Amino acid sequence: MLNVGLITEGFVLDHIQAGTSLSIYDDLKLDQLDCCVAIIKNARSNKMGKKDILKVECDIDNLNLDVLGFIDHNITVNIIKGEKIVEKRELHLPKEVKNIVRCKNPRCITSIEQELDQIFLLTDPATATYRCKYCEEKYKGHKKLR
Amino acid sequence: MQHLMSPLDLSVEELDKLLTLANDIEKNPQKYAKACEGKKLATCFYEPSTRTRLSFEAAMLNLGGSVLGFSSADSSSASKGESVSDTIRVISSYADICAMRHPKEGAPLVASQRSTIPVINAGDGGHQHPTQTLTDLLTIRSLKGRLDNLTIGLCGDLKFGRTVHSLIHALIRYPHIKFILISPEELRVPSYIREDVLTKNHIAFQEVERLEDAMGDLDILYMTRVQRERFFNEDDYVRMKDFYILDRKKMTLAKDDMIVMHPLPRVNEISVDVDDDPRAAYFKQAQYGVYVRMALILTLLEVKVC
Repeated sequence: MLNVGLITEGFVLDHIQAGTSLSIYDDLKLDQLDCCVAIIKNARSNKMGKKDILKVECDIDNLNLDVLGFIDHNITVNIIKGEKIVEKRELHLPKEVKNIVRCKNPRCITSIEQELDQIFLLTDPATATYRCKYCEEKYKGHKKLR
Repeated sequence: MQHLMSPLDLSVEELDKLLTLANDIEKNPQKYAKACEGKKLATCFYEPSTRTRLSFEAAMLNLGGSVLGFSSADSSSASKGESVSDTIRVISSYADICAMRHPKEGAPLVASQRSTIPVINAGDGGHQHPTQTLTDLLTIRSLKGRLDNLTIGLCGDLKFGRTVHSLIHALIRYPHIKFILISPEELRVPSYIREDVLTKNHIAFQEVERLEDAMGDLDILYMTRVQRERFFNEDDYVRMKDFYILDRKKMTLAKDDMIVMHPLPRVNEISVDVDDDPRAAYFKQAQYGVYVRMALILTLLEVKVC
C-alpha cells in the first residue's frame, strides 16, 4: 500500500467518492493555494470499498464548506493540528450555491445573459435536490454537470 | 412591492380574494372603469403572443389606464444586445406595472430583481404562465363552483405545456384533486412534476394514452396545443401535432356537466363542431382571462375600489 505522510497543520477530506477527488480539487479551487496538497485515489475503505482522500496543509478557513456540502455532504472533514485530528466538521446542505455549477437548460435565461450569477437553491433537503433559481431545472449530479 | 412569477406566489387565501375580486369585476365592470386612471402598463413581449398581450392590454384599458410596450424582441433593445435587467430599469421609469413574456425561462424573475415596479410573468419559455393559471382557476371556480373534489384530464403536450405545469402546481393545494394525464409517451409530464409534485404530495393521478379511456371520469377536460416553437426538431412536431382531436363523437363519452377548457389558440385539437356544445368553455375562459388580469393589476398596484 502507498504511504502518504502525516500533515502537521491542515485538514483531511476523507470518504470522498472514489474517482471524484480531482473535480473536488478544482471546485474548491485548491490549485490557487500555495500549500502542500496530496490527492489519494482509490484508497481501500471498509465503509465504501474504495475512496479518495484529499490532504491539505493549510488553514481550514481557506476551505468553502458550503461548496463541499453541496458536492457531497457525506465527506468527512478532519481538522489536523500537531499531526492529530482535533476536530471533525459536519457538512450541511447549503440553502443556496452561487457560481459553482452552471445551469445546463438551453432555455434558461442564464444561457444568454452570461453576467447573471448561476444560483441553485436547495428545494428538497430529504433528497438533496437543487434547482436553478431561474428556470427550476434540477441539478443532475456533480460530475454530469461539469 | 409584490410581483407575480408563479401561481404559488399567492397563498390560497390571497388567491381566493383575487378570484372574488375578478368575479365582482365581471358583475360590476363600471365600478372599476376608472380605477387605474393615470396609470400605465408596459407590455414587454420578447416573443409573439397576440392573445396574452391583448388580454393584458384590454384589462388595463378596462380599468381606465393606458398601455405601452413592444411585441417582439426585434422591436426592443434586446436586438441590440440589451440585458433584461437594463431594460426593466428603463421601463420602470416609464410605467407603473409591467407584464413580461420572454422565451427564456427565468427572465421575468431576473427583471423583478432589478425592477422598481411590479412585474408580472406573462410566460417564460416552457416554465411558468401564472396569469393563464389564474384564468383557469377563475374559469373552474366560476363554472364548477369549486376548486376541490375535481377530476381533471390534462390532454396533449404535457411535456412542454407550461399552462399544464402551472395548473397542476396550483390545484394540488386543494383537497381531493385527481389528475388524468393524457399524452403520447414522448409528451408526458416531466419527471419533476410526476415525482416532486404529484407523488411527493400524494396526489392521485394516472397516465393514459387514449383520450377515450378517460372521458367518462372527467369533471374538466383541459386540452392543449402541441406547440411547434417548443420543438427543436420539425419531424417530431409533425408526428405529434395531430395525436389528439376532440370531436362531437368523443364528447358523447363525457359527463353532462363536464367542461372543456383550452388556453387557446387551438389549431385542430378541438374540432369546431364542439364549439356549440354547452360544455365548451374555452371562449368563456378567454373572457375570464381579462377579468382576472384586471383583478391582478388592481391587487399589485394596491388600488382599492369602494
